[in-house]
Amino acid sequence: METTTLTAKENAKQVKKMKRSETWRRIKRNKMIYLMILPGIIYFLIYKYLPMYGLIISFQDYKPYKGIMGSEWVGFEHFQRLFESTEFWMIFKNTLVLFGLQIFIFFPIPIIISLMLNEVRHSFFKRGVQTLIYIPHFMSWVVIVSISYVMLTLDGGIVNAILETLGFEKINFLLNEDWFRPMYILQVIWREAGWGTIIFLAAITAVDPQLYEAARMDGANRFRQMWHITIPAIRNVIIVLLILKIGDVLELGFEHVYLLLNSSNRSVAEIFDTYVYVAGLQQGQFSYSTAVGFFKGGVGLAMVVFANWLAQKFDEEGIY
Amino acid sequence: MAKQRISAGSKVFDFFNYFLLALLGIITILPFIHVVGSSFATSAEVANTKFLLFPTDFSIKAYEYIFSTDTIFRALGVSILVTVGGTLWSMLFSTLTAYGLSRRDLVGRRAINFMIVFTLLFNGGMIPTFLVVQQTGLLNSLWALVIPVTINAFNMIILRSFFMNLPAGLEESAKIDGANDFSILFRIVLPISLPAIATISLFYAVTYWNTYMHAILYLADADKWPVQVLLRQIVVLASGMNYDAETYTDVPPPEVTVKMATIVVATVPVLLVYPFLQKYFAKGALLGSVKG
Repeated sequence: METTTLTAKENAKQVKKMKRSETWRRIKRNKMIYLMILPGIIYFLIYKYLPMYGLIISFQDYKPYKGIMGSEWVGFEHFQRLFESTEFWMIFKNTLVLFGLQIFIFFPIPIIISLMLNEVRHSFFKRGVQTLIYIPHFMSWVVIVSISYVMLTLDGGIVNAILETLGFEKINFLLNEDWFRPMYILQVIWREAGWGTIIFLAAITAVDPQLYEAARMDGANRFRQMWHITIPAIRNVIIVLLILKIGDVLELGFEHVYLLLNSSNRSVAEIFDTYVYVAGLQQGQFSYSTAVGFFKGGVGLAMVVFANWLAQKFDEEGIY
Repeated sequence: MAKQRISAGSKVFDFFNYFLLALLGIITILPFIHVVGSSFATSAEVANTKFLLFPTDFSIKAYEYIFSTDTIFRALGVSILVTVGGTLWSMLFSTLTAYGLSRRDLVGRRAINFMIVFTLLFNGGMIPTFLVVQQTGLLNSLWALVIPVTINAFNMIILRSFFMNLPAGLEESAKIDGANDFSILFRIVLPISLPAIATISLFYAVTYWNTYMHAILYLADADKWPVQVLLRQIVVLASGMNYDAETYTDVPPPEVTVKMATIVVATVPVLLVYPFLQKYFAKGALLGSVKG
C-alpha cells in the first residue's frame, strides 16, 4: 500500500517535471519567434504601458525638472478641482452629447447602407457606389474640415451662395454654436459611413442563401427577408461593434473637434481631448490635465466592461 | 438560382434602392469635385458662379502660386518621407510581431495578446504619452511621427488573423527542409500573404500621410511640418476662426482658389494609390476583422 502511494506521488512529480521540461522545450524551440516579437513588445511597453505608469502624475504636483520620482504627492487634489469646476461639467456634457450623436445617429447608418447594397444585383453598380462612398475615409480630418470651411464660409462659400439664390438668409455655420453639432455629425457620416459598411457586408455574405429561398417560399417579401433573416444574421457583428463604439465613449477624436473649435462655439464644442491639450500642453498644467485624461480613460474602460457584461446578459457573445 | 416572376413591389423596391444609392454615391463625391473644379478656376469665376463643378475659364494660377514658394515642396517632402519610411518601418515590426503571435505553439501567447488588446481599451492619454516621447528624445524630430505609432494594434491583429488562417502544413514542410523561422516568414509566408500585406500597408500609408495631431504635438519647428499642418495653416487658420490662433500669422488671407488647390495637393496622393489597392482591401481587410 505504502509503496503504491509513494509511486503515485512520485509519478505526479515526474509528470509535473515532464510538463515543465516540455514547456521549457517549447520555449527553447521557439527562441527565434521570441526574437521576432521582441521589438513589438518593447514598443508596447515603452509607448503604451509607460504612459499608463505616467498617469501617477495626476496624483502629484508634477514638475518637469523634478520628474515623476521627485515630484510632490498631492493625493486627489486635481480630481477634486476637476469635479468642482463648472468648466468640467460643460465639457462632460459636450462630450456626452457628441457621443450620443455618434451612437444614435451615426451608428445605424452603415448598417442601413449595407442592407441596401446587399439588395443590389448588378455587381458593377454595387462596386461603383462602394468605390465612391469609401473615398472620404482616406481623407484626413484636416482635409474634411478644410473642404467644409471653403464650402460653408460666408464670403463665397457655395452653400451660402445656394441659400442666397433660393432666397434664404446666409448662415454663419462656422461661428455659430447652434450649427456645431449638426456640422460635426454630418462630417462624421460623410467620412465614415461608407467605410463602416465593409464589415456588415462581409457578415451578410456569410448568411446561408437557403434561408432566403425558404423565406421566399413562405411568401416573405424583400423587406421581411431583410428583417427576419439578414438583420438577425448580422446581429452579432452589430453588437460587437456597438460595444467597441461604446468603449470609445469619450474618444471622439481630438483632431476633428480641435479643427472645428473656435471661441464662438466653445460652449458646445470643447471636449475632454481638446481641453487636455490646451490645459496641459499650452498652459503647462501637466498634472491637472493628466487627471482629466485619466478620468476620461477610466470612464471609457468602465463603459466597455459594462457594455460587454450587458451583451453577455442577453446571451450574446461579447468581445471577450 | 432560378428566376421567379418579379413582383411589382419588388420592382418599386429596386427602383428606390438603386436611386438612393446612386444619390448617396454622388453626394459623397460632389464636395470634392467642387473643390477640384474651383481650384482650376479663376478667382473671379469662383466669386461669381453659384454652382461651380467644372470651370469654364480654366486656370492653373492657384497651383502656380502655391508652388512658387518652397514651403509646400518642403511640406510635401516631409509627408512623402514620413509616409514611405513610416509605412516600411511599421510593416516590418507589425509583420514580425503578427507572425510570431500567429504561432499557436508559442508559450505565453495569450498573455502577450491580452497585453496588446488592452492598449486598445485603455491608454495613458495625451500628456503622459507626450512626456514619454519627450524623454525618449524624439521631440522636434520626424521620428516623433513614426516611432510612437510603430505598431497599430488593430492592424497587427488583422495581420495575425490572416497568418493564422494559412495552412499549418506549409511551415512544417519548410521546417523539415531545414528553414528557420525568419526564412519561413520572409520566403514562404509573406509572398502568399500579399493581399493582407497590401491592405495593411495602405492603412499605414494613409495614416502617415494624414498625420496631423502628432505633428502639432511634437514638432515645434515649422520646417518639419507635413502637408496636413500646412493645409490647416492655409485654410483654417487663415480664416481666422481657429480657437488656438497662436500660430496665426499676419499675412493676408490667401485667395479661395489657393485654398482649394492646397486641399487638392494634400489629398491627391492618397487618392492615387487607392484604386490600385482597392481590389486587395475588399478581401484582405475582412479576413481579419470579421473573425476577430
